[in-house]
Formats: sequence, C-alpha cells, structure tokens
Amino acid sequence: MTGRPIEPSGSAPTPVVRLDAVGLSYGQTRALENVTLDMPSGCTVGLIGPDGVGKSSLLSLVAGARVVQDGHVEVLGGDIADALHRQAACPRIAYMPQGLGKNLYPTLSVFENVDFFARLFGHDRQERERRIGELLERTGMARFANRPAGKLSGGMKQKTGLCCALIHDPDLLILDEPTTGVDPLSRRQFWELIDDIRRDRPGMSVIVATAYMEEAARFDWLVAMDAGRVLATGTPNELLAQTGAETLDAAFIALLPEEKRRGHRALIIPPRSAESDGDIAIEAVNLTMRFGDFTAVDNVSFRIPRGEIFGFLGSNGCGKTTTMKMLTGLLPASEGTASLFGRAVDPNDIEVRRRVGYMSQAFSLYTELTVRQNLDLHARLFRMERGAIADRIAEMAERFGLREVMDVLPDALPLGIRQRLSLAVATIHSPDILILDEPTSGVDPVARDGFWQILSDLSRKDNVTIFVSTHFMNEAELCDRISLMHAGKVLVSDTPAAIIEKRSAATLDDAFVAYLEDAIGGEPMAATPLAAPREAAPPAAPSSPGARFFDARRMLAYTRRESLELWRDPIRATLAIVGSLVLMIVLGYGINMDVEDLTFAVLDRDDTTVSRDYVLQVAGSRYFTEKAPITDYDDLDRRMRNGEISLAIEIPPGFGRNVARGHDVAIGAWIDGAMPARAETVRGYVQGMHQTWLMQKARELYGDAATVGRFQLVVRYRYNPDVQSLVAMVPAMIPLLLMMIPAMLAALSVVREKELGSIINFYVTPVSRLEFLVGKQVPYVALAMLNFLLLAAFGIFVFGVPFTGSFLTLTTAALLYVIFATGLGLVISTFMSSQIAAIFGTTLITMIPTFQYSGLIDPVSSLQGFGAVIGNIYPSSYFITISRGTFSKALDFGDLATTFIPLVIAIPVTLGLGAALLKKQAG
Amino acid sequence: MRIDHVFHLGIKELRGLARDPIMLVLIVYAFTIANYTAANSVPETLNRAAIAVVDEDQSPVSSRIITAFYPPYFVVPRMIDLSEMDGRMDAGLDTFALNIPPNFQRDLLAGRAPEIQLNIDATRMSQAFSGGGYVQAIVSSEIDEFLSRHRAGASVPVDLELRARFNPELNKGWFTAITNIINSITMLSIVLTGAALIREREHGTIEHLLVMPITPAEIMVSKIWSMAFVVLVASASALVFVAQGLLSIPVQGSLTLFLLGASVHLFATTSMGIYLATVAGSMPQFGLLLMLALFPLRALSGGMTPRESMPEFIQNIMLAAPNTHFVAMAQAILFRGAGIDVVWPQFLALIAIGAVLFTFSLWRFRQSLR
Repeated sequence: MTGRPIEPSGSAPTPVVRLDAVGLSYGQTRALENVTLDMPSGCTVGLIGPDGVGKSSLLSLVAGARVVQDGHVEVLGGDIADALHRQAACPRIAYMPQGLGKNLYPTLSVFENVDFFARLFGHDRQERERRIGELLERTGMARFANRPAGKLSGGMKQKTGLCCALIHDPDLLILDEPTTGVDPLSRRQFWELIDDIRRDRPGMSVIVATAYMEEAARFDWLVAMDAGRVLATGTPNELLAQTGAETLDAAFIALLPEEKRRGHRALIIPPRSAESDGDIAIEAVNLTMRFGDFTAVDNVSFRIPRGEIFGFLGSNGCGKTTTMKMLTGLLPASEGTASLFGRAVDPNDIEVRRRVGYMSQAFSLYTELTVRQNLDLHARLFRMERGAIADRIAEMAERFGLREVMDVLPDALPLGIRQRLSLAVATIHSPDILILDEPTSGVDPVARDGFWQILSDLSRKDNVTIFVSTHFMNEAELCDRISLMHAGKVLVSDTPAAIIEKRSAATLDDAFVAYLEDAIGGEPMAATPLAAPREAAPPAAPSSPGARFFDARRMLAYTRRESLELWRDPIRATLAIVGSLVLMIVLGYGINMDVEDLTFAVLDRDDTTVSRDYVLQVAGSRYFTEKAPITDYDDLDRRMRNGEISLAIEIPPGFGRNVARGHDVAIGAWIDGAMPARAETVRGYVQGMHQTWLMQKARELYGDAATVGRFQLVVRYRYNPDVQSLVAMVPAMIPLLLMMIPAMLAALSVVREKELGSIINFYVTPVSRLEFLVGKQVPYVALAMLNFLLLAAFGIFVFGVPFTGSFLTLTTAALLYVIFATGLGLVISTFMSSQIAAIFGTTLITMIPTFQYSGLIDPVSSLQGFGAVIGNIYPSSYFITISRGTFSKALDFGDLATTFIPLVIAIPVTLGLGAALLKKQAG
Repeated sequence: MRIDHVFHLGIKELRGLARDPIMLVLIVYAFTIANYTAANSVPETLNRAAIAVVDEDQSPVSSRIITAFYPPYFVVPRMIDLSEMDGRMDAGLDTFALNIPPNFQRDLLAGRAPEIQLNIDATRMSQAFSGGGYVQAIVSSEIDEFLSRHRAGASVPVDLELRARFNPELNKGWFTAITNIINSITMLSIVLTGAALIREREHGTIEHLLVMPITPAEIMVSKIWSMAFVVLVASASALVFVAQGLLSIPVQGSLTLFLLGASVHLFATTSMGIYLATVAGSMPQFGLLLMLALFPLRALSGGMTPRESMPEFIQNIMLAAPNTHFVAMAQAILFRGAGIDVVWPQFLALIAIGAVLFTFSLWRFRQSLR
C-alpha cells in the first residue's frame, strides 16, 4: 500500500491533514507505524478498522492532544508539534474523544456542559446563550438541558458532546467513534446532524473513526487501518472496486495481510433442522422490571425454542441486560414470569444457573489468573465432577483454539482470543442455554466470523440455545430470529428477513429505524434544521483569546465547573467539609498527653496512720483513682495483668514505726509498663508525691532546719499555664489539617480528570496552564478557608482553647497558607497518574514535613541536617509559629511580620512549578 | 453455603493478590520496615530540646548547671540576656529558658532558699511536658552535688522502690513495634478485603460470579477468609521474626492465643472492609473513606494513648469498634502475659461486634448487587 491519497473530485487542493512517516509507541507497544497520508479538506474522512488498530491514536495526534513522537503531523497548514501553531489552530479544531460522553462532566447538566466549553472559547454571555440555545434546539437536546450528562442515553450523550464540540464553529471536526453503542435511530440522526451542519459550513472538514462498516459507506473518503498501518485509502467505491468485494466488510477482510486472512472462510450457518422445534428453552411472559419510577423492562414476552440463535438488538441502556438478568434469575421480575425449559425461574434456586452459561459485555474474566486457572475455577464453581475437569479443559482448549495459550495471562492475549476464552469459560459446564451480551464488540471481522462459526456449531451440533445481544446489524442478520428492543419494550420479534420484508425496507438497519420512529411516535426526535439561522450569525469565535497569556474568563470557567462538580460529589464534598473536623476531634482526643484518672491500689501490710497518710497523698491527687485494696501478691498480679490497675503500692510491715525511729525503710511501687509513655508519667507523679511527702515528714520531724541548703525551682508554664494537651495541640493541628486535606483535594482534582479522560478538554482547548491551575485552585482555596474557620471555631468554642492574639493576622496567614497548600497539591498532581496514588502520595508528601520538620513536635531550631533545611524552607513551620503565636502568645501582625515573608514567597514558587510541570499534551 | 465454593473462590483471591505488586509491597512494608523503623525511630524522651540560659549569677554553681545540658537530650544552651528571653520564646526559638538570678550561689549557701526560674513553652507538647521534669532533675542534682560537702543532712530515710512491670526499662520501642503490628492488622485487613471487592466490581467480574451457582454469602466469606488468612500469616511472622527476632522484644503471653484473638478481630475488620467497599463506588472513594475510618480507629482505640484520658463519650462510642477490644486484648496477652481467663471478655465482645458487622455487611453487599 502506498497510502498516497486519491483526490476526491472537487475537493480543495490543500489537504487539511498531512501525515509523514508518523509513528507512536506506548511503552513496548507500537500503536502507529510509519503512517504517511494526506487527508483532503472540506469533506468527511472516515478511519475504518476494528478496535486497537491505532485509529484513536492517530486522531489524538491530529487534534494535538498527544505529543508527536516520530514523523511529522501537519494540521490546518502548520506543524502540530509546534506549540505556537497549536495555540493558533486549536480554536479552529474540535475533538470528540472515544467513549460515550467522554469529554462531558457527568454531574453537570447538558446546559452546564456546553456552557463550560463556550466559556473556554471566550464568548460573552449573550453570545453564549444564543449559540447554546441554537445548538441544543438543533440537536433536539433543548428539552433535556437541565438533565445531568451522566443520566443521558448514549445517543443523547453523543449529541451533547457534539454541541460542546461545535460551540466555537470549528474548521476541523474530529470525531472518534461517535456512534459506537448508540441505537440505529440516534446514529442516523447524528449523521444527519453532521451533514446538516456541513451544509451550513461547507468549508468544514470532518474526520471520523468508526467500527461500523455500514456507516463508513456514507463518508467521502476512507482510510482502512490495521495494526497501526494504513491498508488502503480512497472513496468507498474505489475500495470496493479495488478488492472486488460487495460490502466494505468483505473489502476490509480482503485488504488484510495474508497471515491474518489465513483460515478465514466465509461464514456459513446451516439452517436449523425442524425436528428440535417442539421444546421451548426460554420463555418470557409479560416480563416487567421497575426500579422506583423507572420502568427498565416493560411487558416483554418471547418464546425461544431449543437450539435457536436468538438475537436481541438495541442500544446501550435499552433494557437488554436487565432482561438477561431476569432470565438468569439474578433479578426477580417486578411482574410477569420467565421460565427455562418450562420451569419458572426462581432467583433463590441457584441450581438453574448450572444450566446457563453467561458471557458479559466487557472482558470479565480474572486477568490475574492464567487461561487454565480461569477455566479450572469456573469448572469447579459449576460443580463439575472433579475427575472430569481436566479432560473437559483439554477439550475446550482444543475446540476454542486455546491450546498454545493455556498458561498465559489473559491481558497478554489479543482481543479476538480473549473473546474465545470468555466463550470457553461460559460453556465449560456444557450449559443448555448460552447468554451472550455483545460478545464481539470491537473484534476484527476475521475473528468475529470465527467466533460466530463456534456459535453456529454449538447451536446446530450441540443443540445449545443461544441468546445473544448486539448492536451490530450485520451480526443480528446471522441470528435465526431477532427482537428489536427500545426503551424497555420489544418492538418486534421475527426472523431478520421477515422484519425487513414487513417494513419493505432495504436493510435491517432501515427496518429498525422505521420501527423506532413508530415507537417514538409523532415526537420530532430527528434533527430539526432551522431555517437558515447561520447567515445571521456573527463570524466565528473571536480569535484573540488564543493568543492572550491569561484570560480570567477561561480561568473562571474552570473555577465554576470545579465548584459544581465538587458540590455534587458527596464523598469528596464530605471529606472537604467535615473530614478535617473529624480528624481534628480524633487527633485532639487521641494524641493526648494528659494523664488523669489512673487506677491504683494499695497493698498495705502496715496499716498505721503513717501508712494511711502516705496512701492519702496519692489518692488525694487528681491523677489517681483508688481501687479496692490489694489482698496479696496473687491479687496484685492478676489485677495488673488484666490492666485493672496501672499502679500498685506496697507498704511493708512496721513502716510507721521505722519512719518514726529514723530507720531505713522502702516502699514498693509497681507500674504497668505496657504503655511506656503512661508509665513514665505515672513514675513522675509518684516520685513527685513521694518527695513532697518526705518534705512534709522532714518538716514535721526536724522543723525548718531541714530546708537549709535548699533552693526553689520556680517553673512557669508559659502560654498554657494549666499544661493542657489541647491548648498545645489545637494551634498545631490546624496547620497540619489545612495542609493535608486541601492539598489532597487539589491533587485529586487534576488526577481525576486524567483518569476519567476529561483532561483532553484541557489539551485541545485554548486554556493556558496557568488558567487551568488557578481556575481549579480557587474553589479549593475557598473551601479550605471555610475549613479554617470551622477548625478555629471548633478549637476555641468546643475544645475551649483560649485565643489571645489577633484573629485577623491568623486569618491572613491561613489564606496565604492554603493557597500554598492547594498549590502544592496541584504540583503533586502533575506527576501522579492515578487517584489512589495521589491520595497516598499526597499524604506522604504533606504529612512528613509538616509532622516531623515544622516544629510541631520538636522546634525547628533543634533540628539538624536535612530536617533543618526542610524545616527552614517549608511554609508549615512559619504558619505553626503564627498559629501558636496568635492563639496562645497574644501576638499580632507587628510581632509576626517576618514570618509572613516565606509564606508569601511560597505561593508563586508552587504556582510556577505547577505550571512548568503540567503537560499541555498527553505523553 | 458450600465450603468447596468458598475455598476455591478464596484460592482465587489469593492468586489475585499474588499478582498485585502494590498490595504485596504494602503488606511487606507494613509488617517489616514500618515496624522496624517505628521501633527504632521513636525519639528518646527528649531529643535536642532547645534551651536558653540567662545567667545573672556567673558563679561556679551557675556554670555547673549550664554545662550539665548537652546533646542529644538538649542543644548546647544558648546564653542570652534577660531582655531577649521573652522575644525568643514568643518566636518559638526556645522551649526552655532557665533564669539564674544574681547572687544565687551566695544565697544558696546561706540557706536562704533562692529561686531559679524555669520558663517552659507549654504550647510545645511533648518537649515541654517531658523535658520539664528532666530540667528540674538536672538542676536539682547539680545543685545537690555542689552542696553535698556543705549540707548538714536531715531527711527522712524512706526509699521509693519503683519498678515497672512487663517492660522494666520502659522501652518505648517495644510498645510502638507491637502497637504497629496491631494497627497494621486492622489497616491491611480493611484495605485488602475492600480492594478485593472493588477490584472485582471494577473489572465486572462480580456479575460473572453471580450468574454462577454461587451465593453472595459465599463470595463474601471467600474474600474474608482469604484476606484474613494473609494478614494472619503476615502478622504472625512479623511477631516472630521482626518483633521477637530482629528487635528482640520479649513477648510475654501465648502467641497462639494472640493469633486466635487476631482471627476473631479479623472477622470483624474484614467485614468492615466489605462494608466500606459497598459504600465507596470506586477505588479513589474507597481511599478517601479509609482515611476517615482508619484515623479514629487507630487514634481512639487506646493503642496510642490510654483510653482513660479520653472524654467519657468517646470511650463509650469506641466500645463499638473492634479495635478497642483488640488493643486491650493484645496488650494484655503480649505485654502482660495474660491468659484466656483474663481476656475472655474481649473475645466475647469481638465475636459480638464481628457478628453484627458481618450480618450488616452481608446485607449491604446483597443490596449493592441489585
């Protein structure tokens, strides 16, 4: 294949995209290899091929979302690797990534989503409302403007995504599998919408990737891809002519390299023999499932005879999976009955599940188990006879062509083989019924035909009843009979040929659309072209914003969106608001150095006034609570062991007499050493009380002479005269908590976007790094300040810590500090790629310096080496000083002015670092 | 419930865990490195406490006092003026400021009982609290020694023989190492079980299990036993090899009894892990929930500071947490050598809490599968 373009007649002479020797690798995997091609402008270019051949990689390179590794990518007349050109060109490019609603924010409403994009492209309020109104009207989404994007059907999500993409009148529209998983009517509407928009803007170029070959026939020019290489290019007719095939599917197979085609035979499913008809395998009568107000499955009935391949056709979310769950007894039906082989399905009867094999939509085997282990586990769980398992596994390996890969982990296998493995697992226990949920999504045509060959064998040879759901029409055509399903209802059930005939349609697709239109009734779901509204529209998006360094409007667009998202995410919002309070209570009570109400008991073998006086000395203190006297050593031993007493005092016989005579005598004291910190405190208390008692006794016995040569050590506990833990802890906990949680939330905010994929919006829109970071930071700073006020109020009013200094000073410092903390979180987010890593990473990075090196426990002045360096530059040190100063030491701004300087310096440093480290393209 | 299903599913969990490097590292780290460093990095009671001295006496006794402060307990004392003292303490530069007044030695020898002033920055937690006693003891002993030739003794000859039981040297390393094992048991059992459920859900394999002849109870019990088993093996080896071997901590009681208690505790905490995983939709949410759940369990269960110094209502609330009983039991067995005759109430409490948590989690788990 040369990959040289064949110019479609009448198209503009300069190609919109030129690729020259483009290559791309993800680690060891080569996604694109030496792709050279020119895409004509002003028309619809289609990229065709199964999943994983490099279509999405190619599109993300063209959109500027991914860094060009090898070769040269020219888009709209400039090098996309050049940041300046990217900046100039990105307001002219719109990119809709793969995945239903991938560029949307699920908690935001349709309007809010589109509005966010409009703000990014710098339209003013009036212009925004006009454009959004028009686009929503045109796509038929106006009625759903207030619905959260996450609750839309697949088709509606894609229309909303398209609104977001079209908001700035792009010259190049890039759509990555926009209709995968969408019902045929919505799919058709989607393409009519695109055609309609192209009529208004004939200059606009559209590049589309698709896995539906039947869809590709309507594009102007096609690029067939396989394994990161271009197989062929040309108009659909040229490709058909080149291969001499009748359909694009067949043409694609013909274009595949020799080794892939080998073993491929045209798929023939023999007709069913009539004799097996009598037996009904699956029967549903008026099956209904309601979740609250929502009816997921509405009055569905069908009968499937044994050995039939029955297709269930419908879009994502139409009720296919729910119906299947009711058939398997996973879900009890709200109404109606389902029966298998004439026996009603009872959800509690798990025996029936042994007769059913199930293969779910996504690859859902254990990727941590090898192929053999997966088969073995399932065989055992289906209670196969132990002796038979090994033979059965060998048989399945043979039949499904898995022999060479038995000890390989599934992740290492190509998609087609994994699907075969799934099927092998689902049939390991020789079920009578096989339920397959979209089994061949994204599999290349050769593998798919092989897969269906196996299904055909199972049905025709083993008389297995197969219930298969799909949204591919060409797969539906292979079934004996199909049901068309939409919004919980079965529209029609019959053989594919009969359905086409009934509607006198050309294809099954057309027939399905006709049924859907009937079902939806008079409602104009189709795109409604407005009467020439575009002429009145002012010229396309203002070109200035792309060039500006910092645009407050774009920044605020992010601020607004971030706030809305945070507000609507219960777990993050809870953590943000009450998390720090909870932790403060926990730390306040948990790290408590006050030791009070310690239990002690006495073994008094003397029992005189003197000994009782001694005991009274201990019992009278507020630190100790006396328990029942100890009777003997065994009692002492037992009570210490179970932790009932933490101090035992033994007074020897003759104690009083010996003291009076001035003889040496010793009192024994046992301390529970299980908790050393507590034991040390106890020891201190006991020693202190012993000394006091001795002094008293000495004075009693010898008068004032005993004090000669003595001195007094006057201890002043400053700032916290009662020496309470909380007074010491609270002012230091506020800095700790204000560091940890705001930093973590800020870090999560960016990493979440990376994980969910919406970070692409940042890559392909004119937002600058600084706008992105500051925009995201603002809500978290506001939230952290709210947190600060809560923490301070809680400390002062609930914990009763006296506040003696200037609150304004503390608040100002807190503001600077949380700006730093959130900024640090954003810096961390630039090099973390998963949320879990961000959570643990941020905890480590913020906790250790704040806890160890910021004067929380040991003052910075007593640190040395590395710790001292960190302690001196880390802003927490200074904020702790300010917090303690204002809380306990009655200081105000005048006393603390110099400690503010490091806080002020830290802000631009983190912000600059974050902006420098953040990538404006995917690696 | 069928035992063979529970067994095979549990083996599957173990295989899955064996291929999850992050979790393996976490387990090994929690029971070895974290343990070892926790035992060894606990600062001795006092570490380089910042002290400053205002010496207005400049006498032999005052210089004797000053030279008695030296690292590692204290930094070398900074000599400052009386006028500097307040400012330095306000700025948090010194934790202690000792003020020796003019004519201190003369007054001392004359029996006038002069005053030395010790200023302590009491906002500084541990240093202030424990260091205060040290400073007093050092000053007293220096002065006593100085006076020993001059003093005409008159005192009461009563000795106080203080002995700490179970940990005679009050070695904090012992305590932190054992406490760390106790905490790791809780942390890991929750994390591993929760992660096992979430991993299954994120991969979509849970749905797969449900169409097989398996009940939710079997799925849950298989996760519980397998993860509890891992934690139990890891903690037993941590006790034997790290605590007893490497750190030579004398474990007093019966290891078997402790492990039996730990199994009962694990029954409760693994159920809690399942519960948290049903609440959290995804791994990140689980991570956030963990922070909110583990902190209180750790700090308020009596493992860090004694329960009796916490407010009454916290003590009561924490009675519902398995940790509280487990910590009490573990301390009794491992430190004080208690037997079942002593710790049976904790066993009963753990069994009761575990049963409630298990039932509740199973109910939640069934709900979440709908």
